[in-house]
Amino acid sequence: MNLSGQAAVWSMIGVIVLLATAGDVLLAGAIRQIGDFDVIRSHSGLKGAIFAVLRNARFFSGVLCMALSFFSLLFALSWADVSLVAPASAALTFVTNAFAAKWILKENVDGRRWIAAVCVCTGVFFLSR
Amino acid sequence: MTFRRYLILGAVMVGASVGDTFLSAGMKQVGPVSLHHLLSLLIALKNPWVLSGIFFLVLFFASYLTALSWADLTFVLPATGFGYVIIALLSKFWLQETISPARWVGIALITLGVGFVTHGPSYTNHNHPGTEDEVAVSPNARELTAAGKEDKSA
Repeated sequence: MNLSGQAAVWSMIGVIVLLATAGDVLLAGAIRQIGDFDVIRSHSGLKGAIFAVLRNARFFSGVLCMALSFFSLLFALSWADVSLVAPASAALTFVTNAFAAKWILKENVDGRRWIAAVCVCTGVFFLSR
Repeated sequence: MTFRRYLILGAVMVGASVGDTFLSAGMKQVGPVSLHHLLSLLIALKNPWVLSGIFFLVLFFASYLTALSWADLTFVLPATGFGYVIIALLSKFWLQETISPARWVGIALITLGVGFVTHGPSYTNHNHPGTEDEVAVSPNARELTAAGKEDKSA
Protein backbone atom coordinates (compact mmCIF):
# COMPACT_ATOMS: atom_id res chain seq x y z
CA MET A 1 0.00 0.00 0.00
CA ASN A 2 1.39 3.46 -0.96
CA LEU A 3 1.69 6.51 1.32
CA SER A 4 -1.66 8.06 0.35
CA GLY A 5 -3.36 4.68 0.81
CA GLN A 6 -1.88 4.35 4.30
CA ALA A 7 -2.94 7.92 5.11
CA ALA A 8 -6.51 7.07 4.03
CA VAL A 9 -6.56 3.92 6.21
CA TRP A 10 -5.26 5.77 9.29
CA SER A 11 -7.70 8.66 8.66
CA MET A 12 -10.53 6.13 8.60
CA ILE A 13 -9.22 4.51 11.81
CA GLY A 14 -9.20 8.03 13.33
CA VAL A 15 -12.85 8.57 12.34
CA ILE A 16 -13.86 5.18 13.82
CA VAL A 17 -12.00 5.93 17.08
CA LEU A 18 -13.49 9.44 17.38
CA LEU A 19 -17.05 8.22 16.80
CA ALA A 20 -16.64 5.25 19.18
CA THR A 21 -15.19 7.51 21.89
CA ALA A 22 -18.00 10.07 21.42
CA GLY A 23 -20.55 7.23 21.64
CA ASP A 24 -19.05 5.78 24.84
CA VAL A 25 -18.74 9.18 26.53
CA LEU A 26 -22.29 10.25 25.57
CA LEU A 27 -23.73 6.93 26.79
CA ALA A 28 -21.78 7.08 30.05
CA GLY A 29 -22.82 10.73 30.54
CA ALA A 30 -26.47 9.83 29.87
CA ILE A 31 -26.46 6.95 32.36
CA ARG A 32 -24.68 9.12 34.96
CA GLN A 33 -27.46 11.74 34.44
CA ILE A 34 -30.14 9.06 34.92
CA GLY A 35 -28.57 7.51 38.05
CA ASP A 36 -28.12 4.04 39.53
CA PHE A 37 -30.48 1.56 37.79
CA ASP A 38 -30.80 -0.53 40.99
CA VAL A 39 -32.22 2.50 42.84
CA ILE A 40 -34.58 3.46 39.97
CA ARG A 41 -35.76 -0.14 39.66
CA SER A 42 -36.49 -0.41 43.37
CA HIS A 43 -38.66 2.76 43.13
CA SER A 44 -40.41 2.36 39.77
CA GLY A 45 -39.64 -1.17 38.53
CA LEU A 46 -37.93 -2.36 35.36
CA LYS A 47 -40.35 -0.40 33.13
CA GLY A 48 -39.46 2.80 35.01
CA ALA A 49 -35.73 2.17 34.44
CA ILE A 50 -36.30 1.52 30.71
CA PHE A 51 -38.46 4.68 30.35
CA ALA A 52 -35.82 6.74 32.17
CA VAL A 53 -33.25 5.64 29.57
CA LEU A 54 -35.59 6.14 26.59
CA ARG A 55 -36.47 9.69 27.70
CA ASN A 56 -32.82 10.79 27.66
CA ALA A 57 -31.70 12.64 24.48
CA ARG A 58 -27.99 12.16 25.26
CA PHE A 59 -28.54 8.39 25.25
CA PHE A 60 -29.84 8.51 21.66
CA SER A 61 -26.90 10.75 20.58
CA GLY A 62 -24.57 8.10 22.05
CA VAL A 63 -26.35 5.27 20.23
CA LEU A 64 -26.21 7.30 16.97
CA CYS A 65 -22.43 7.84 17.35
CA MET A 66 -21.90 4.12 18.09
CA ALA A 67 -23.97 3.17 15.04
CA LEU A 68 -21.97 5.60 12.85
CA SER A 69 -18.74 4.16 14.26
CA PHE A 70 -19.95 0.62 13.44
CA PHE A 71 -20.84 1.57 9.84
CA SER A 72 -17.50 3.41 9.45
CA LEU A 73 -15.79 0.19 10.58
CA LEU A 74 -17.79 -1.83 8.04
CA PHE A 75 -16.92 0.70 5.31
CA ALA A 76 -13.21 0.60 6.24
CA LEU A 77 -13.23 -3.21 6.28
CA SER A 78 -14.54 -3.23 2.70
CA TRP A 79 -11.21 -1.86 1.36
CA ALA A 80 -8.63 -2.14 4.17
CA ASP A 81 -7.12 -5.12 6.02
CA VAL A 82 -9.23 -6.38 8.92
CA SER A 83 -6.02 -7.40 10.75
CA LEU A 84 -5.01 -3.71 10.92
CA VAL A 85 -8.30 -1.79 11.16
CA ALA A 86 -10.14 -3.86 13.81
CA PRO A 87 -7.36 -4.16 16.46
CA ALA A 88 -5.94 -0.66 15.82
CA SER A 89 -9.33 1.03 16.25
CA ALA A 90 -10.22 -1.11 19.30
CA ALA A 91 -6.86 -0.51 21.01
CA LEU A 92 -6.76 3.25 20.32
CA THR A 93 -10.34 3.62 21.60
CA PHE A 94 -9.21 2.39 25.07
CA VAL A 95 -6.66 5.22 25.29
CA THR A 96 -8.89 8.00 23.85
CA ASN A 97 -11.69 6.90 26.20
CA ALA A 98 -9.37 7.25 29.20
CA PHE A 99 -8.53 10.84 28.15
CA ALA A 100 -12.19 11.66 27.38
CA ALA A 101 -13.36 10.18 30.70
CA LYS A 102 -10.79 12.28 32.58
CA TRP A 103 -11.42 15.61 30.79
CA ILE A 104 -15.11 15.38 29.81
CA LEU A 105 -16.73 13.08 32.40
CA LYS A 106 -14.33 14.29 35.15
CA GLU A 107 -13.64 10.71 36.23
CA ASN A 108 -10.80 10.11 38.64
CA VAL A 109 -8.47 8.27 36.23
CA ASP A 110 -5.73 7.29 38.67
CA GLY A 111 -2.46 5.46 37.95
CA ARG A 112 -4.17 2.08 38.29
CA ARG A 113 -6.65 2.93 35.49
CA TRP A 114 -3.94 4.36 33.19
CA ILE A 115 -1.93 1.14 33.63
CA ALA A 116 -5.08 -0.90 32.89
CA ALA A 117 -5.81 1.14 29.72
CA VAL A 118 -2.21 0.73 28.48
CA CYS A 119 -2.18 -3.03 29.35
CA VAL A 120 -5.47 -3.67 27.52
CA CYS A 121 -4.38 -1.52 24.54
CA THR A 122 -1.03 -3.36 24.24
CA GLY A 123 -2.79 -6.70 24.82
CA VAL A 124 -5.21 -6.07 21.92
CA PHE A 125 -2.19 -5.20 19.73
CA PHE A 126 -0.45 -8.51 20.61
CA LEU A 127 -3.67 -10.53 20.13
CA SER A 128 -3.95 -9.23 16.56
CA ARG A 129 -0.46 -10.52 15.63
CA MET B 1 -18.39 -4.62 44.62
CA THR B 2 -21.15 -7.14 45.29
CA PHE B 3 -21.37 -10.61 43.71
CA ARG B 4 -24.31 -9.40 41.56
CA ARG B 5 -22.17 -6.58 40.13
CA TYR B 6 -19.38 -9.02 39.25
CA LEU B 7 -22.05 -11.09 37.45
CA ILE B 8 -23.10 -8.00 35.42
CA LEU B 9 -19.44 -7.34 34.47
CA GLY B 10 -19.24 -11.02 33.47
CA ALA B 11 -22.31 -10.57 31.24
CA VAL B 12 -20.60 -7.52 29.62
CA MET B 13 -17.52 -9.68 28.86
CA VAL B 14 -19.41 -12.76 27.63
CA GLY B 15 -22.28 -10.97 25.82
CA ALA B 16 -20.16 -9.06 23.30
CA SER B 17 -17.70 -11.85 22.49
CA VAL B 18 -20.25 -14.68 22.21
CA GLY B 19 -22.66 -12.39 20.30
CA ASP B 20 -19.99 -11.45 17.74
CA THR B 21 -18.89 -15.10 17.36
CA PHE B 22 -22.50 -16.30 16.79
CA LEU B 23 -23.21 -13.45 14.31
CA SER B 24 -20.04 -14.33 12.41
CA ALA B 25 -21.00 -18.05 12.31
CA GLY B 26 -24.53 -17.17 11.13
CA MET B 27 -23.41 -14.76 8.40
CA LYS B 28 -20.98 -17.41 7.06
CA GLN B 29 -24.00 -19.72 6.63
CA VAL B 30 -26.10 -16.95 5.03
CA GLY B 31 -23.35 -16.05 2.56
CA PRO B 32 -22.17 -12.70 1.13
CA VAL B 33 -24.73 -9.86 0.91
CA SER B 34 -24.51 -7.46 -2.05
CA LEU B 35 -24.76 -3.69 -1.51
CA HIS B 36 -27.54 -3.64 -4.16
CA HIS B 37 -29.63 -6.23 -2.28
CA LEU B 38 -29.45 -4.99 1.30
CA LEU B 39 -33.01 -6.22 1.95
CA SER B 40 -31.67 -9.75 1.73
CA LEU B 41 -30.11 -9.03 5.15
CA LEU B 42 -33.62 -9.61 6.54
CA ILE B 43 -33.30 -13.25 5.45
CA ALA B 44 -30.34 -13.49 7.81
CA LEU B 45 -32.77 -12.89 10.70
CA LYS B 46 -34.21 -16.37 10.08
CA ASN B 47 -30.83 -17.93 10.86
CA PRO B 48 -30.73 -19.31 14.46
CA TRP B 49 -27.05 -18.35 14.90
CA VAL B 50 -27.79 -14.74 13.86
CA LEU B 51 -30.82 -14.62 16.21
CA SER B 52 -28.74 -16.03 19.09
CA GLY B 53 -26.00 -13.50 18.29
CA ILE B 54 -28.49 -10.61 18.44
CA PHE B 55 -29.84 -11.99 21.77
CA PHE B 56 -26.31 -12.00 23.27
CA LEU B 57 -25.57 -8.48 21.91
CA VAL B 58 -28.81 -7.16 23.48
CA LEU B 59 -27.72 -8.85 26.74
CA PHE B 60 -24.31 -7.15 26.39
CA PHE B 61 -25.85 -3.69 25.81
CA ALA B 62 -28.26 -4.00 28.77
CA SER B 63 -25.43 -5.17 31.09
CA TYR B 64 -23.10 -2.44 29.76
CA LEU B 65 -25.65 0.31 30.51
CA THR B 66 -26.39 -1.21 33.96
CA ALA B 67 -22.67 -1.31 34.76
CA LEU B 68 -22.27 2.34 33.67
CA SER B 69 -25.00 3.33 36.16
CA TRP B 70 -22.78 2.37 39.13
CA ALA B 71 -19.26 2.35 37.66
CA ASP B 72 -17.02 4.72 35.69
CA LEU B 73 -16.42 4.31 31.95
CA THR B 74 -12.70 3.73 32.63
CA PHE B 75 -13.70 0.89 35.02
CA VAL B 76 -16.15 -0.84 32.63
CA LEU B 77 -14.14 -0.57 29.38
CA PRO B 78 -11.24 -2.89 30.36
CA ALA B 79 -13.93 -5.47 31.15
CA THR B 80 -15.18 -5.21 27.57
CA GLY B 81 -11.57 -5.71 26.43
CA PHE B 82 -11.57 -9.06 28.26
CA GLY B 83 -14.01 -10.23 25.56
CA TYR B 84 -11.01 -10.53 23.19
CA VAL B 85 -9.48 -13.04 25.62
CA ILE B 86 -12.71 -15.06 25.69
CA ILE B 87 -12.78 -15.16 21.86
CA ALA B 88 -9.12 -16.32 21.78
CA LEU B 89 -9.79 -19.05 24.38
CA LEU B 90 -12.97 -20.16 22.55
CA SER B 91 -10.99 -20.43 19.32
CA LYS B 92 -8.29 -22.47 21.08
CA PHE B 93 -10.46 -24.94 23.03
CA TRP B 94 -13.63 -25.08 20.89
CA LEU B 95 -12.41 -24.47 17.33
CA GLN B 96 -8.98 -26.09 17.99
CA GLU B 97 -7.10 -23.09 16.54
CA THR B 98 -3.45 -22.49 17.43
CA ILE B 99 -2.60 -19.52 19.64
CA SER B 100 0.84 -18.02 18.99
CA PRO B 101 3.15 -16.93 21.87
CA ALA B 102 2.44 -13.26 20.97
CA ARG B 103 -1.29 -13.90 21.47
CA TRP B 104 -0.64 -15.53 24.88
CA VAL B 105 1.27 -12.34 25.81
CA GLY B 106 -1.76 -10.31 24.67
CA ILE B 107 -4.12 -12.48 26.76
CA ALA B 108 -1.85 -12.07 29.81
CA LEU B 109 -1.68 -8.27 29.38
CA ILE B 110 -5.48 -7.85 29.02
CA THR B 111 -6.08 -10.12 32.05
CA LEU B 112 -3.53 -8.08 34.03
CA GLY B 113 -5.23 -4.81 32.99
CA VAL B 114 -8.69 -6.06 33.98
CA GLY B 115 -7.30 -7.39 37.29
CA PHE B 116 -5.71 -4.00 38.02
CA VAL B 117 -8.86 -1.98 37.43
CA THR B 118 -11.36 -4.30 39.16
CA HIS B 119 -9.35 -4.20 42.40
CA GLY B 120 -9.65 -0.41 42.52
CA PRO B 121 -12.62 1.88 43.26
CA SER B 122 -15.43 1.61 40.69
CA TYR B 123 -17.07 5.03 40.76
CA THR B 124 -16.09 8.71 40.93
CA ASN B 125 -18.66 10.30 43.23
CA HIS B 126 -19.02 13.97 42.26
CA ASN B 127 -21.90 14.83 44.63
CA HIS B 128 -21.41 13.02 47.92
CA PRO B 129 -17.74 12.12 48.39
CA GLY B 130 -17.05 9.49 51.01
CA THR B 131 -20.66 8.35 51.40
CA GLU B 132 -20.10 4.97 49.76
CA ASP B 133 -17.55 2.24 50.34
CA GLU B 134 -16.09 2.05 46.86
CA VAL B 135 -15.75 5.48 45.35
CA ALA B 136 -12.81 7.19 43.71
CA VAL B 137 -13.01 10.76 44.96
CA SER B 138 -12.02 13.30 42.33
CA PRO B 139 -9.44 15.98 43.29
CA ASN B 140 -12.14 18.68 42.86
CA ALA B 141 -14.47 16.86 45.24
CA ARG B 142 -11.68 16.60 47.85
CA GLU B 143 -11.12 20.36 47.63
CA LEU B 144 -14.85 21.01 48.00
CA THR B 145 -15.05 18.73 51.04
CA ALA B 146 -12.05 20.45 52.64
CA ALA B 147 -13.59 23.88 51.95
CA GLY B 148 -16.90 22.74 53.49
CA LYS B 149 -15.15 21.52 56.66
CA GLU B 150 -13.31 24.84 56.98
CA ASP B 151 -16.62 26.74 56.63
CA LYS B 152 -18.22 24.65 59.37
CA SER B 153 -15.28 25.07 61.75
CA ALA B 154 -15.35 28.88 61.13
